[in-house]
Amino acid sequence: MSNIAVRVENLGKRYRIGAAAERHGSLREAIAHAVKSPFRNLRGLRDLSRFDGGERDDVVWALRDVSFEVKHGEATAIVGRNGAGKSTLLKILSRITEPSAGRAMVHGRVGSLLEVGTGFHPELTGRENVFLNGSILGMDRAYIEQRFDEIVEFSGVGKYVDTPVKRYSSGMYLRLAFAVAAHLEPEILVVDEVLAVGDAEFQKKCLGKMGEVAREGRTVLFVSHNMGAVTRLCTQGILLDRGTVKMQGRSSDIVSQYLSMGSEEGSQFVAADPARAPGNDRFRLRAVRLLDHEGDAMSTFDIRYPITAEIEYELLRPIRNLRVGFRLLSGDGTVVFSTTDMDEGKSHDSHRTVGTYVSRCTIPGGFLNQGRYSLSLGIDVPMVESVVFIDNIVSFFVEPTGGVVGAIPDNRLGVVCPLLPWTVESVAVEGGEARRREVAL
Amino acid sequence: MSSAVESSAIPAREAARPPQLPSGEIPTLILEPTGRWPKIDLRELWAYRGLFFFLVWRDIKVRYAQTVLGAGWAVLQPLLTMVVFTVIFGMFAKIPSDGVPYPVFSLAGLVPWTYFAAALTGSSNSLVASSNLITKVYFPRLVIPYAPIIAGLVDFLIGLAILGAFMLYYGIAPAVSALWMLPVLVLAMMMTAGGVGSWMAALNIQYRDVKYVVPFVVQIWMYASPVVYPMSMVPKEYRAFYALNPMAGVIEGFRSVLLGAETVTWGHIGISLGVGAVLFVSGALYFRRMERVFADVA
Repeated sequence: MSNIAVRVENLGKRYRIGAAAERHGSLREAIAHAVKSPFRNLRGLRDLSRFDGGERDDVVWALRDVSFEVKHGEATAIVGRNGAGKSTLLKILSRITEPSAGRAMVHGRVGSLLEVGTGFHPELTGRENVFLNGSILGMDRAYIEQRFDEIVEFSGVGKYVDTPVKRYSSGMYLRLAFAVAAHLEPEILVVDEVLAVGDAEFQKKCLGKMGEVAREGRTVLFVSHNMGAVTRLCTQGILLDRGTVKMQGRSSDIVSQYLSMGSEEGSQFVAADPARAPGNDRFRLRAVRLLDHEGDAMSTFDIRYPITAEIEYELLRPIRNLRVGFRLLSGDGTVVFSTTDMDEGKSHDSHRTVGTYVSRCTIPGGFLNQGRYSLSLGIDVPMVESVVFIDNIVSFFVEPTGGVVGAIPDNRLGVVCPLLPWTVESVAVEGGEARRREVAL
Repeated sequence: MSSAVESSAIPAREAARPPQLPSGEIPTLILEPTGRWPKIDLRELWAYRGLFFFLVWRDIKVRYAQTVLGAGWAVLQPLLTMVVFTVIFGMFAKIPSDGVPYPVFSLAGLVPWTYFAAALTGSSNSLVASSNLITKVYFPRLVIPYAPIIAGLVDFLIGLAILGAFMLYYGIAPAVSALWMLPVLVLAMMMTAGGVGSWMAALNIQYRDVKYVVPFVVQIWMYASPVVYPMSMVPKEYRAFYALNPMAGVIEGFRSVLLGAETVTWGHIGISLGVGAVLFVSGALYFRRMERVFADVA
């Protein structure tokens, strides 16, 4: 018996996306189109599952020539941007869809968790759904009965277990669904972004359970955008990019490679066409960028390092007392702080002449907590006019790659996570006189 | 302070071997593009019987959820239809009923027909209705179109009980052969519903036209079956052809063994059984063939 749990060789998966509908200008064309459309529709629908016409332009390869191996007992993360093929890969490995090319060898039973609560029926009670969902996930009845109390306790739905789940709050529903899934114990566990749903409490629970599974020595394939979870749970990683394997190796290397893959949409604002850039006849916004500590444009930042917001603009005419600033908002829209380039009392070169300028502000490392943030840009001449105000112009993520305090994985609540000075002194010690002692943390 | 710092300090549970995995061999699975005609894996279907049972149970459980009458609908549906048919076809149109009172004559046709129509409709729509399942988790897809076939039997049994009550009222005793013929007829009825249902379900996932076709097919099919009229009204020379409709043989067989109506030619029932079996097998094969693209086109 080999030590390999999953071996993937030149795996490929293609989809037909279907050609876009054409437009017609006249009634005559529209009628002709309507008459012909059943035939075209038939061809179109039939072609969704056919590929014999050679390389057609509406064929996309979601995965192409993907090869890798996963050893038994390894927790492997699959990371990549949206559309990189992560979910397609998981679907093939969990037998939901079959590959179009290549092959995969899976040694051991696969339990897949692409969603929590698959098959939950709103009319059925919590108890009934535990059994239904469990059997859909591949548990047998005796096993579910044996673990039933444990599942209910883990979910915390308590006395509502005999209530139809359509009366549950969404949180309860999710917790019950996850509780069932958490008791799935196959040799190979395949998990998609299930942790992305639910509140912080729920996610913590999910991560804890995942960690437990990984430590038990089961093989785990884990897709997530949460780089903190990836580094914490997985030792190995695979980086997918546009359907191909870009890198395979230690998860920490994979994560840093992924983070440096740069900006996803939304983390940068660039006015491509100067004529239509935000502003007025005197001011034009050129770009807003977020840079990491090495000066690279990023969308995801390591919690430990500073983040620099860079605002580039052009003055078509001189402006006196121009003020450039922004509000930083957390994922739920709370304003974390507001800041401007006039804050420190000195109006930086308050009379700016015609030319291109860059205003920079650096948010210190170890200040923002993990999560999603966005930046609302405001540029004005105080008490005179508002030049530009754009809500949520760019957004970014802060990822807990190891925790603020160092190596200890840590999941603090709060919008910010500053390290503040503490002192500890003993005021009275049993069996002795009080000695003043200070401990700097 | 308890929630401020929460490390993942949940102790790993002692590695209890999960009981859902029979100890011993670890299966190796090769995933690659399959051929055009995949086999029907009966062993695997058997292994998933638990899931099948739960799907059936779910269908039964939610059928009359949040209704006032609940299972009363299973009683009322055939009963009300029987009243309507008796008035229109029995009294107004004066359709002959082989010497049996028309209400019980039509009810004997309606009970298998109502089952068939509901099972076929349920089966045809089952796959589309379960698209959230087939895109998220693996199991042999054939259990989906077959679940409504079994679940419908509950209503069918209720219907049979009503029919029994009517037979008692009219003093009609079933033939002894009902003991073994009834199971055969029920099986033929289930195979036909399951066969056509799996054809329709597989087509439906790719061509949603099926959703509009099915009610129409069911309606036409009812008039092509001896539900409101006896098979004896069909000219003799066409009866063998007529029996190609499996439900014709099933319904006539029902009346014959339960009401002792016209003695049917068993050859015709044989034809119906054969056609039912062909539909069932071909439906399963076609379903399996289309199965590999379900998750992609759903």
